[in-house]
Amino acid sequence: MEKKLLRFSVNEVPYEIYINPKTLLVEAIRDHVGLTGTKRGCETVSCGVCTVMVNGMAVKGCSILAMQVDGMSVTTVEGLEKNGKLDPIQTAFLDEGAFQCGFCTSGMLMMAKAFLNETPKPKDEMEIRRGMEGNLCRCTGYNSIIRSIAAVASGKYREDK
Amino acid sequence: MIHDFTYLQPGSVKEALAMLAEHKDECKIICGGQSLLIVMRQGLVQTDYLMDIKRLNELNYIKYEKKDGLKIGATTTHRAIEKSDVVAKNYPILVDMEHKLASIQVRNWGTIGGNLAHADAAGDPAPVLIALDASVKVGSAKGERTLPLEEFYTDLFETAMEPGEMILEVQVPTPAPKTATMYQKFNLLESDQGIVAVAVTITMEGDACKAARIILGNAGSTPVRAKKAEAVLVGKKPTDALFEKAGEAAAEECEPVGDIHASEEYRRHLIKVLTRRMAKAAFEQAKG
Repeated sequence: MEKKLLRFSVNEVPYEIYINPKTLLVEAIRDHVGLTGTKRGCETVSCGVCTVMVNGMAVKGCSILAMQVDGMSVTTVEGLEKNGKLDPIQTAFLDEGAFQCGFCTSGMLMMAKAFLNETPKPKDEMEIRRGMEGNLCRCTGYNSIIRSIAAVASGKYREDK
Repeated sequence: MIHDFTYLQPGSVKEALAMLAEHKDECKIICGGQSLLIVMRQGLVQTDYLMDIKRLNELNYIKYEKKDGLKIGATTTHRAIEKSDVVAKNYPILVDMEHKLASIQVRNWGTIGGNLAHADAAGDPAPVLIALDASVKVGSAKGERTLPLEEFYTDLFETAMEPGEMILEVQVPTPAPKTATMYQKFNLLESDQGIVAVAVTITMEGDACKAARIILGNAGSTPVRAKKAEAVLVGKKPTDALFEKAGEAAAEECEPVGDIHASEEYRRHLIKVLTRRMAKAAFEQAKG
């Protein structure tokens, strides 16, 4: 099996790695780049714990060949914090206590972030719930997660410059 | 555990078709891979060559003209269809269907061509597209051909494509006047695949139903066209009793299989109810 060169950026850091072409995006991120915030869960495109952003779009890293993001920019949960400051969605999760075991958290944060980028003003709670449909929390902490997203959407964490 | 394969990255459709002609049965095609990678990881599919067409932007388009209808390239994502203004305006049922297909993450990466080629009888797009009388254009190194989507499915996960062929485009004609299509799937979560699903197109002329297309999803090894149920409606003035009869006919002529989600009997019951409801809803919308 011939290894292939994958060039991509993760959280704005460029990487060039040689991989077996069957390597999944989540494997490239965890095992080759070494960022383990992105989790592996069901691996059947159901649970969403492997959610990352590719060119700003939320996708499930367990069901994408790493080679398919060649030349693209990937954002993982480690990339949310900027200059030592948490992203508003992270602060909101802390304020609302949107965790129990925490395993779904990185996927939830990435989907929430992508959802808010695309839908800064969701029209109601149902729209948020629909947006988060691809992420499962088996501790059933959904309400606090939805509240966190609604809080960010309401402008609670907006910085006045 | 995914078995090793040789990874092929064609730069154009022409190159892709040449690669397919060379490797034929030994080559699988991946586009979004939202279904394929699951079965590859489960060891159900092994392949010597995997040809990745996700980046074939030549096939990434949505075009619409009133005369020719809608043309969607094979590598167009579900999300692009869901968000397309021209689709929303002319084929709102497609947007509705896409909106309830899996999750945002899956729709962002998964493609219409991949979905149709995977030929899962529980897939959402096929019943709706067949109800809309859609065709698929497939190509090989030898040339292109277009066939009705209705004739595309031959068995569970099997299509009428020959080795060396791949889907290039989905074509949806402009609906006749006074025509409406409705679709509903029955499931526990809105985004899941349907335990069963029913798509109905009704065309009205005066007081009577001029034409009907009733397509059942996950009620057999392929999408099932319920022709007896259609015959119940065509040429008649629609009434609740007639919709009920059409539902009964559909429930009888399909071949659902019982599984962990629902028994065969329950599936037939659901088909009856959903056919009745969708036929009525399509009628209400078509008569205007």
